[in-house]
Amino acid sequence: MATFQFDFVGPERTVYSGQIEAVQLPGVEGEMTVLPGHAPVLTALKVGVIVINEAGHAGKRVLVRGGFADIGPTMVTVIAERANPFEEITPDSLDKDIATLELQRDATEDFAKKDEITGQIVQLQDAKVALNF
Amino acid sequence: MASLKDLRNRIASVKGTQKITKAMQMVAAAKLRRAQNAAENARPYAEKMSQVLGNLAANLIGGVQGPKLLSGTGSDKIHLLVVCTADRGLCGGFNSSIVRLAREHIRGLKAEGKTVKIITVGKKGYDLMRRQFRDEIIENRDLRGNKPVDYDFAAEIAASIIARFEAGEFDVATLFYSRFRSVIAQVPTAQKLIPAELPEAGDSVPDAALEFEPSEEAILDTLLPRNLTVQVFRALLENAASEQGARTGAMDSATRNAGEMIKKQTQIYNRTRQAMITKELIEIISGAEAL
Repeated sequence: MATFQFDFVGPERTVYSGQIEAVQLPGVEGEMTVLPGHAPVLTALKVGVIVINEAGHAGKRVLVRGGFADIGPTMVTVIAERANPFEEITPDSLDKDIATLELQRDATEDFAKKDEITGQIVQLQDAKVALNF
Repeated sequence: MASLKDLRNRIASVKGTQKITKAMQMVAAAKLRRAQNAAENARPYAEKMSQVLGNLAANLIGGVQGPKLLSGTGSDKIHLLVVCTADRGLCGGFNSSIVRLAREHIRGLKAEGKTVKIITVGKKGYDLMRRQFRDEIIENRDLRGNKPVDYDFAAEIAASIIARFEAGEFDVATLFYSRFRSVIAQVPTAQKLIPAELPEAGDSVPDAALEFEPSEEAILDTLLPRNLTVQVFRALLENAASEQGARTGAMDSATRNAGEMIKKQTQIYNRTRQAMITKELIEIISGAEAL
């Protein structure tokens, strides 16, 4: 099967780089699976799980907390501020993140901001379900 | 003339100092390597970010006026200067050269009748600027031994800059830091933050077919603050590498100077000792002859 270049860069390091067959991305307007030869799209990502399908391997999962995906026919690049390979995530760390966000939400007076953080919390909880914790 | 004992003490003290500078140099060299690695690891992210921004901007041209972070407020009365230095000294001219560049900049702006506000990052910058610009400094952060530089710290600074911008506290923001060219050359640099200086789209031809999800404006709105964070982060990384580079150089020459001093002092010590032996001998011989 055809492959394409997939890069996943974070601000402090490159998390993943290699040839893959398909990748599943949590776009803000819905999940999408990208195969080689995709039309160019630039999309924002929400909190969710990226599933990377390498040739001949089962899907590799990475939790991403918002970012961007630059999709082209021969390459896909994901830019994300925070990303954890699946192995580094535990239910506890997710719970802790949710707790910090809840604290932040309670601390602000700004309603728009409150809504935004609530959205993030819901997304994190979804991610938790998706990861089968 | 100093006695032999004084000379011995002086040599011992210089030797002690030399050991300290030598140790500092080696520590700085090791830290420099780490800082350079960190800067290298961060490069793909920054490059990709500016590429995406370039793409977006190319698509935006002629269309809608971009968000304010990109286009500015339309005036340039109030300038914000973000001066990044180190927390510690003993690194040659590193801190003072950044501050000097900022100071010249401020003088130029004031001569044009503009208002200046300053945010200092790093203890040394604050120490050097606070006497002259007490009223202009509106915020001061130190790195709190924040090593290695982490992204969250850069995000905090960027968030504060953006909050102030949105509150209308300034029109133009400039970032001062030291670009790391090599171990012996660090270049103090001023970089425009707001309005954002967009990278040239360059070889990436504007993709007419590029689709945006959600709209371009929405993406640009979230991308620009992140771009600001990346630039601050990058400046901090470059600064960290430059600081260690400058310290390596300064400590190297300090060690060399100490070596020279020891050599000179030892020579004086030996000469004095020999002179005393000779004097004693002459005394004995002339005493024997007188008998």
